[in-house]
Formats: sequence, structure tokens, C-alpha cells
Amino acid sequence: MFTTLKNRFEQGYRTCNYPKEKPAVFERYRGRPIIHKDVSPEMLETCAKACPQDAIDIGQKKIDMGRCVFCGTCEQISNGKFVTFTGDFEISTSEKNHLLTNGDLPSLAEHSKQHFKKLFGRSLQLRQVSAGGCNACEADLNVLATPFFDLARFGINFVASPRHSDGIVVTGPVSKNMKTALLKTYEAIPDPKVVIAVGSCTITGGPFRGSPEITEGLDSILPVDLFIPGCPPHPLTNLHGLLTFFK
Amino acid sequence: MSNTFLEVLNGELIEREKIPHLPFIEFRKNVLNIVKDGGKVVQYFAYQDGAAIKLMIVLRSNILLVAGCDAPESYPSLSKTCEPFHMFEREIAEQFGIRPEGHPWLKMVRYHSNYRNLPDVFGNDYTEDIPGNYNYYQVDGEEIHEVAVGPVHAGVIEPGHFRFNCIGERVLHLEIQLGYQHRAVENLFHDVEAKRLPILAENIAGDTSIGHGLCMAQAVEALTSVQPDTGAKIIRTIALELERLANHIGDLGALSGDVAFLPPANYFGRIRGDFLNLALLLCGNRFGKGLVRPGGVRFPLDDDIRKTLDERIKELKPQVEHVLDLLFSASTVRARFEDCGIVSNYDAEKLGLVGPAGRASGMAYDVRRCFPTEHYGQLDIFENKKTTCDVYARARVRYDEILQSINIIQSLINEPVETRGVNEISYNLQPSSFVVTLNEGWRGEVSHAVLTDKNGKILRYKVKDPSFHNWNGLAMALRDTGISDFPLNNKSFNLSYCGFDL
Repeated sequence: MFTTLKNRFEQGYRTCNYPKEKPAVFERYRGRPIIHKDVSPEMLETCAKACPQDAIDIGQKKIDMGRCVFCGTCEQISNGKFVTFTGDFEISTSEKNHLLTNGDLPSLAEHSKQHFKKLFGRSLQLRQVSAGGCNACEADLNVLATPFFDLARFGINFVASPRHSDGIVVTGPVSKNMKTALLKTYEAIPDPKVVIAVGSCTITGGPFRGSPEITEGLDSILPVDLFIPGCPPHPLTNLHGLLTFFK
Repeated sequence: MSNTFLEVLNGELIEREKIPHLPFIEFRKNVLNIVKDGGKVVQYFAYQDGAAIKLMIVLRSNILLVAGCDAPESYPSLSKTCEPFHMFEREIAEQFGIRPEGHPWLKMVRYHSNYRNLPDVFGNDYTEDIPGNYNYYQVDGEEIHEVAVGPVHAGVIEPGHFRFNCIGERVLHLEIQLGYQHRAVENLFHDVEAKRLPILAENIAGDTSIGHGLCMAQAVEALTSVQPDTGAKIIRTIALELERLANHIGDLGALSGDVAFLPPANYFGRIRGDFLNLALLLCGNRFGKGLVRPGGVRFPLDDDIRKTLDERIKELKPQVEHVLDLLFSASTVRARFEDCGIVSNYDAEKLGLVGPAGRASGMAYDVRRCFPTEHYGQLDIFENKKTTCDVYARARVRYDEILQSINIIQSLINEPVETRGVNEISYNLQPSSFVVTLNEGWRGEVSHAVLTDKNGKILRYKVKDPSFHNWNGLAMALRDTGISDFPLNNKSFNLSYCGFDL
């Protein structure tokens, strides 16, 4: 009993104050990329060629955050001349094409569906389906339940049954072997329902694009309302996406 | 020990023609002898070389042994007399349509058609929707009932199907059928541009990004004769230990939650996040993605980062120790952990368990000590086997390894060795070569094997996650255990679905 109380005392209060205050993330974190417009065409091409995800659009001088795994290769080889990955983790979008960016992202709050805010603003129950992928996205969704993030204080929970849920959070590149299970879960959710795509696998196939065993883009089989990019998205990116879109 | 097999080192470049290519009969005889003398299977796979299909095997005793042979279209199963081949033979049958006759339980591993367009060994038609469309093992009897779970589980976890045959609360048999996450990773390795290899390796299993990333990097380093500098090796060692810490701490928290002791569950949940953030401190990603590259690391440790890392670990260490004490001194926790889900040393040997699950069942093997890579040769990795073979032993292995990993990191932080960030990577692989790499990921032995053809192209890329060995350990732990103890046992193994499904 004494040990239990002593530990409780030592642990203290750990919940972050987000969204009122933004918690600090370590400097090497790579969030929203800002493209430097005056980059030389040669450098642009070198970066595009080196990008393991082929996420750089040379013509538009933009990065597709749906493909990008935020490895930072382009920032390193251009010595910051082509792009700077900022510490801004608020990078979710409501449209897939908004992910193709030069650094300016449209305000998610303004682009979110207003009727969703009315319906789900106070209580949002979500079912998660892991459909391929590497389990990192799942892990960083799971941490939202830990005391630091404490998702439940916003009235948002992950529930065990699609019948109890208002929407679905999908991770992974929808492997062929998970497609039916995913679609059945979606069907089991009562209308109106929300679809959230988390991670570069789900949005574009990510590291596995080109594999015959996956679906490149969840939006090709389900109507996606919210895109949360990253490999995996930082928990704060997930939190920002959920709060801004629904609150 | 047989001298028909070639002895190789972990991560050593081998010319393929030096690898003994035996007639199948002799290959089989030698393999069985080595395993009978205590040898274990590291890799056993088929590959296509021109028009021929060949087999290759890597065994370990106190050394690594390699040999190959031409693959027969069918052959008397090795699993019939030698259990550790069970999963490997099923995988070879699924990938290349080679039938092991008399295999005790020949069924698909990952639900996909074979690479040679042969009729499916298991009789599946993959133009139809197959997963779940399978006759599970059944127990007959009046009071027998089945419980089916998955592929979509109640929590935020990966998909897989569990089928329990129970009498009352007691589980007679648990059948685990995976494959739902199959992404054809192995084939992508030789189909895609070389620049994608590190990204692929890091995404085989996100919680083992460093483990798989290291295996790939070491393989490419051997094939290109590039050696990482000492500083890079130290950073990679720190990263692998951070990965172990985050996962072991998370597992103990989850185990605590499953026996309804919530304080450690919450504390460890938060502390795990703190260790993930230390990976982010090193390289910008909580799972260490982007750090390890062939030739070294992309992010050197500068003095500021070294200092922050040191401070954070100093701050976290007593917290970890106190919560460990809280968890392990609670009699209610001990009562639930002890004698639950026993996998005897005999069974563990037959199944070929690795990592913490193996050590909990009395198998001391640890790649860090037996076949050290990176900086592990300079470290003293103690033997950490347990004798009780239950959930308690699996938790206790983690307890010891958490403290060990913290000590390793603390001893390495203050060695300010210079290193150079790696940006340009050569993928000019040595032609007609072979390399096998092993690392002790947090779940156990992670191994990659790479074969190149005469033009230096990747001919076969074989990935093995420790979960490939250990899933059957979980099934065995559930024998004669109450079904309500499944979550506890499952967490005590905490295996990878995606690492298995590839």
C-alpha cells in the first residue's frame, strides 16, 4: 500500500495541456515541410531523385505528404536549401489533394464538415481497423489513451465494436487479405459515419506501394473524411486532427 | 559437428560457389543430424536461380552453418521427425509449391498464391476471397465449444484469427491463423529501386524498425564492403536498446493492466512514451525510422543531444525501478503471473523459441552474446534464462533486460566518439554472393539473408522475424489454460503479426 501511494506521489500529474498549449517536441522531429521557392532546378531534381518515396513533385515544387515518410533525406542532401521540416505537427487535411503542399496548409477547422461537429463534437466513438502496415500507427494511436494525451477527456474513445462506433480509423495499406474484414467493419457501423485514414500506407500505400497485395489509397474503396499523414503520424498529429475536425 | 556445411560469421560476405551444394539426400541427413545435436534453424528457404529452384539453410549451434541443395518437387517432410522445421516447410510450400510429404499439419502461412504459378499446395483458389475460408482444427464432444476471435480485434491491434477449442473455461487447443497483413515484403526487396530498401526494412515491423533496419544495413554493408565507423556502431547499439526498453516497458504495463493492477499500467504506458521520445530525440522519429542506413547512421549524436539523453535517462531510471518494484512486489500480480501459461523447456526446444520467450523457458540464447554485431562484442551481456517457464518468467526476463538496457545506454552515452552522418549509400552489391545477418531485437533473433545473382542484383531477400518461431509458443502456452488467461499470455509473448505476415 505504501509503495502504491509513494509511486502515485512520484508520478504526479502528467497530462499535457494541449490544445491550449503546444507541448514541446524534440528538435529533430520532422513535421510540416516548407519548400524554399528559390531552390535551384538541379537541386530540386537531385532531391526528387533521391526521395525513397518519390514524393516530390518537381513541376509544382511541392511535397506529397501522403507519400512522404518524413525521413528527411531531401532536407539533408539539399542542406536545407530545398525544404525545411518544421516542428509543426498540425498537418492533417480533409482533402487528399491538400496533402500535396509547398508548406501552406488550408485550415483544417474551416474545411471540416460542420454537421460532423454538431453530431460528434461532444462524443465521438471510434473503431480502429488495422489493415496491413507495420503496427507503428496503431502504437501511436494507442498512446492517446495514456495519461499524457488522455484522449477520453475530450469525449473521444476507441471502442470494441463497430456497432458502438461513429466511425472508423484505418491504418495500413489495406492488404488484399484484410479488405473484406475492413469493408464488413465499415458496413457494421451505423450511419452517419466517419472514415479517418491514418499514416502514409493508408493514404497512398506508403512504403509498400507497387505491391500487388495492397490497395494504394483507402479513398479508392471508402469515402475518407480526414487524412492524417506521417510514418507514423506523431500522437499529437492524431490528436490535432481529431480535435480540430470534430470539435 | 558436420564439416560438410560451411561455417560462416554473422554478416560475413560469402561467395555463393563456396557454399556446399549437396545432393538432397545428403543435405537432409546432415540437417537432421545437426538439429538432433542441438542445432537450431535460423533460416530455411527456397529461391529461384535461373530455371532451377534451390533450397538454402542456415543453422546455428555455437557457430553458424550454411548449405544448399536443389529443391525436389516433393520430399519426405523434415518436420515429421524434427519439429523446428514445421513453419519453415509450410512457408516453402506456400511460396514455391514444394510439398513436404507427411508434414504433420500442412496448411497455409499467409494466404497467398505461390511464386511459380503452380497449383496451390493447400488447394486454395486465390482468385476468390480466401482468408477465413478455412476449416479450422476441431475438437469433437458434447461439451466442447469454440471461440472465434478476429481478424478485427477489440483493441487497437493488428489483425489475426484465433480459434479456441474449449471445454468449459479450459482451452484444449488454440489455433492461430495469420496472414491478414501480408504485403509481399520479401518480393518488394528485389522488385523496387535500391533507394527504397531502408524504408522497406524499417516497415517490416514498426516496433522493430531498428532490429530489421540493422539486419538490412549489415547485409548491404557486407555486400558493398562498406564498414560503419565506431561512432555509428555505438549509436546503433543505443538505438536497439532504446527500442528494447520502450517495448519491454510497454509490455510490462500491458501485463499489469491485464491483471487489473492499473497504476503500473498507466505509469509504464507513459514511461514507454518517454523512451519512444528518446528515439525521436536521436533521429526525429519515435520508432527510430530514418536512423539506420547502410554504412552507418543518418544522425550523429552531438553534445546537446548526448546531454539531453543522459539527463532524461537519469530522470527516468529511478521511476522505472520504482514502478518495477511496485509491479513485482504486489502479491496479487504474482498470484496471476505464476504458473500461468507454462511452455516447458522441452516444448520450447522443439518449437525453437527465441528471445525473451525462449529465455523464459530456459534457453539462454541471445544474439547479442552468441553472435555479437555492432558494439555488443565490447559489452558484457549476461545470461538471463529462467526456469519457471510461465508468464512470471516472461515478465521477469523483461525486468532484468530493462535494467540491463538502461545500463548499456548509460555506459555508451558518455563515449564521445566522432561519427559521420551517412547520406550517400552505395548499392553496388557484390555479385554471386550470400550474406546472413542476425540481431537480437526485443522479441528475439531477427534475421535477414540475401543472395545476389551474377550481375549483383538481389536474387532472393529472406526476412525472418522472431515471431515466426514464437507464435506456436503462444498456442502451446494456452493448452490446458483458462481462456480468461489468454490476454495475459498473449501480452507475455506480445508477438508481431506484421513481422510474421511480411
